[in-house]
Formats: sequence, structure tokens, C-alpha cells
Amino acid sequence: MRPDPATRLRWFILRHRTGLTVWLVAVLLALVPLAVRNPYQLGLLNLIGIYAVAVLGLNLFIGYAGQISLGHAGFFGLGAYGSALLTVHGWLTPWPALLLTAALVAVLALFLGLPTLRLHGHYLAMATLGFNYIVHLVLVQWDAVTGGPSGISGIPPLGVAGFTFDTELRFFYLVWGGVLLGVTACLNLMRSGVGRGLAALAQDEVAAATLGVHVRREKVRVFVLSAVFAAVAGSLYAHYYHYVNPDGFSIFKSLDLVIMVVVGGLGSVWGTLLGVMVVTLLPYYLEFLEAYFDLIHGLVLVLILMFLPQGLVTGLWDHLRLTWARRRVAGRGEAS
Amino acid sequence: MRGPAGPPLLEIQGLSKNFGGVPALAGVSFPVHGGTVTALIGPNGAGKTTLINCLTGVVRPDGGRILFQGRELAGLAPHEIAALGVARTFQNLRLFPRLTVLDNVLLGLTPQAGVSLAEALLRTPRLRHRERRLKLAALEALDAFGLGGKADWPAGILPYGDKKRLEMARVFVSQPALALLDEPVAGLNSQETAEVAGLIRQLRRQGRTLLLVEHDMDLVMGVSDVVVVLDGGRRIALGTPEEVQRDPRVLEAYLGRMSVTA
Repeated sequence: MRPDPATRLRWFILRHRTGLTVWLVAVLLALVPLAVRNPYQLGLLNLIGIYAVAVLGLNLFIGYAGQISLGHAGFFGLGAYGSALLTVHGWLTPWPALLLTAALVAVLALFLGLPTLRLHGHYLAMATLGFNYIVHLVLVQWDAVTGGPSGISGIPPLGVAGFTFDTELRFFYLVWGGVLLGVTACLNLMRSGVGRGLAALAQDEVAAATLGVHVRREKVRVFVLSAVFAAVAGSLYAHYYHYVNPDGFSIFKSLDLVIMVVVGGLGSVWGTLLGVMVVTLLPYYLEFLEAYFDLIHGLVLVLILMFLPQGLVTGLWDHLRLTWARRRVAGRGEAS
Repeated sequence: MRGPAGPPLLEIQGLSKNFGGVPALAGVSFPVHGGTVTALIGPNGAGKTTLINCLTGVVRPDGGRILFQGRELAGLAPHEIAALGVARTFQNLRLFPRLTVLDNVLLGLTPQAGVSLAEALLRTPRLRHRERRLKLAALEALDAFGLGGKADWPAGILPYGDKKRLEMARVFVSQPALALLDEPVAGLNSQETAEVAGLIRQLRRQGRTLLLVEHDMDLVMGVSDVVVVLDGGRRIALGTPEEVQRDPRVLEAYLGRMSVTA
């Protein structure tokens, strides 16, 4: 007997819920420029998109695999400067520059990750922080190559077959297309054996290892993957603003990226988008508090970690899941 | 003792381990034959858990050999040993409390799940097909261990007895060549203990090989083919439950201090 169409539709939706959500969000995003026509506001959304690419990767490393990095603005900056240097001198066109930069950053992250990922907690935080500090120092001091504090200008935009992404609107579709690719990759990873291994080692490395998870290799791989996300975001940044300087790639930017992860929720892919949006837009809505931003950011971080250690979105979601499960158990108890 | 056919599945030879100069294991040897239940007993501090930790690569032995299907396990990393088909439970549960019950069991199939990062990021049809197969196996294991219907619960909120069975489901979902159970009934009431005893007998009938560390003498004497007794890091007896219970050295070192009712 074939189930009726309504049941089959329900099964279809249930079985493809992840993919359908991505498509639904894609359609909604495609419609956003109909409502947001102001170039300034589109520009803000583009900036959110660029950070979202970086934070998606960082959330895999911090939220999902349970590690800590205070150095991802370093990878972000290397991505931006890599693309800038390779294209400004006419050595490469933007797309090959983006790919080569990502590959170089991946190799660097591999060599950085092999020794540092033996460390845990505070030590790992300090090691990655040190890496970011060095990158920033080099960007500021190595005048001859990086242009020092004044940076590099005249970076060409990305394009495809004569069509360049050189307006706010065009770049909006490019960057948010990239965000959706990143979201899909993250969701895919989480629904695989590799992803389960990462979630497991985040909670108990010994138990994960005895189940067959190669803990050290998996940590290094997710670190490299997150660095590549950050590097790609950096390349997008350079080609969007046509200008880079060291300011956006200091250790304080790394801290901002971590705050975005925490606000979005540890391990939550969709939450990441919300986290980036909140932390990016906050300064624009609280302009009168400008002098206190570091203080506010710090306060937000401390409050969330105190009361919802899993991050804002994940923490609330876990709370709901638990409440529902308890209610179901209670309901079953009454029924019997 | 049952007459073993062919070489043993697992052969432990002269295994030693010191912790800061204190010997936890001092030259322990015994075989585990395929299709049998072997119990490892002994007073606290006898070295039982250290031995299980050596077998699974969690602790690196100082000396001796661990031959599993003719391969040396000593010196291998835990994930390499898992890939050879050795699975274990832990004395104090080591579930992943924030993952679902289903994901916990699926982690028992890690060696079967594939390691390619590209395949995972792209979610290739091959991976999708494999994931579906693994999920079915995991759901079957949950049913077999009485956890059907709780697949999407976070493991952390399960009652204690369910957690114990979930850890066993995670071990047996992969149909391991050798299963190591570290105190499977610790903390369970008598009814739950009887259930676990039933599960162990059932697994033995299915031809599984189990090495069991347990303090519950009723369980040990009721389900084991062979009992190995450790005391102070040395093997002091090996035999059938009946033989071991009559062994004067065992009575002196261990059983003499307990009431034996089996």
C-alpha cells in the first residue's frame, strides 16, 4: 500500500530538511536587494557576508571541534594581503590569486597547527594570539612589501568573463553566494563521520580516540580548513574594498571573530550568520557609545559565557531541546 | 575450560606497566579465545583497568606483547587499535552527553564511516549511501539494547541504566572482533544486572568474543567461560569459574573476603 501524497510530502520534507532550508534561505537572500536598495545598507550586508565566511570556518574549529583560536584575523589578513599583492602587481588575475592565497595559507596553517594543536586551552589561545601578533607586526613594519600602515590600494575587483563584481549589488550576490556555499559545506561536514569525530573529540578526546577518531589529525585538518575559510574571506575583503591596511587584522579583530562565534552559538551554522550580523551592526546602532565598544564587547562575551556557555543560539536551543525531551518523558509517564 | 581450536584471538604475554615506579602490571600473560567470554577479576588496584587501557592504546605498556589476530597491539595508537576491531566501554561512562543517542552509537562505527574531508564537505552520493547504511545499523543496535525511540535524545539526559546500555550499543554496533567491557553492571540494580547478564549470554551465542572486568561475582561466575584472577599486578589464577572458586590462592587473595553464592 502506498502512503498518501500528504504523508509522502512530509517524509520528503523531513528527509531533505537541511537542503530545503538552504534553498529557502537562498531564495530569501536573492530577494533582499528588492527591499534594501540603499547602497550604504547593502555595503553593510556585504561586510557581514565577508565576515560570515570567516566565522563559519572559525565556528567549526571553536564551536564544533571545541578548540580555541585567537589568531584567525591573522589568516584573514594574510588572505587579504595575499590577494592584494598578487593582483596589484599584475602577477595574477583575482580568481587565481584567491586560490593560490588560500593554498598558501593552508600550508602555513598546517605548519602552525602541527606543533600548536598539541596544546590545550589557554596555551593554544596564547600560541594563536602570538601568531596573529606576528602577522600584524609584519604587515605594519615590512614597508617595502606591505606598504606599512598605509597599506595597499588599487586592488582590482573580482569578475567572471567580462562581468565584474564592482557594485554593492553585484558583490552582494557574489559574497552571499559564497556564504551559502560555506554554510552547505559546514552542514555537510557535520552530517558525516568526520564531523561526528570532531564533535566527539571536543567533548572527550580519550573516548573519541578509542572509537577510532585520529584526534591529532582531525584537529589539524579542521584548523587548516578554518584558516582557508578565513583566507578566502580576506581575499573577498581585498577585492571588495580595493584597499587593505593592517588595522582590520589585529588581535582585536580576532577577538571580535570569537565573539561572533559565541553570540551565534558554538557549533551552530545558522547561528553564525546571526552572530556576525549582531556584532557587526551593534556599533552602527550604538554610535553614541563608541568610546566604550571594547568594554561592551567584553561584557557581552563574559555574560554569554557565564550564563550560556554554549553560546547564545546553541545555548537557548539546547535549553529548548531539553525542556521538550523532559515534557515528552513526563507525558509518557502520565499516559502509562 | 573449553578446548580451543587454533591459536587464541588475543594473546597477552608478560605485560608490564609501572606508574612512577609502582608496578600496576608485572608480567601478566593469558590468552582469550574467539567466541568465549573471559572475565578479569581481582581486588581493587589489581591492574584490571590498566590492562584494558594497555589493550586499547590509552596507556603504553612498558614491556610484554599483546598479540591480536597475530598482530602486535603494544605501541599502536587508540584509533589504530579501534580500526582493527577492538572496542571497549569505560569504568566510568564516557558517552558524549551533548550528542544525540544516535550520534553516540554512530561514533561506534567511526572506522567504517570514512575519513575523506573532501567527501564529507561535498556530501557525495557515495557518502550519503554509506551514512544511510550506518544509520540503519545504529538504529538496529539501539533497538537491540532497548533504546529504540530515544535516538534523538541528548545522551546526557538518559537515566543511568540507559547510559550503560548505550555504551554497550556503541561497542557492539560495529560487531567488533573483541569487546572489552569495563565493569558493565557497576551501579546497576539487580534487575538491570540480570538484563545485562542476559545480553552478554546472547552476544556470546552470536559468537562474539568478550573480555569482561567486573566486581559482581554472580555475574562473572554466571556468564564466563574462563576467569583470570589478578592480584597486585600478577596473574594468580586462570581457569573455569568452578576451578577458580576452588583455587586456594584466589580464596586467600580475593574471594575469601567475599561471600560467594554462585
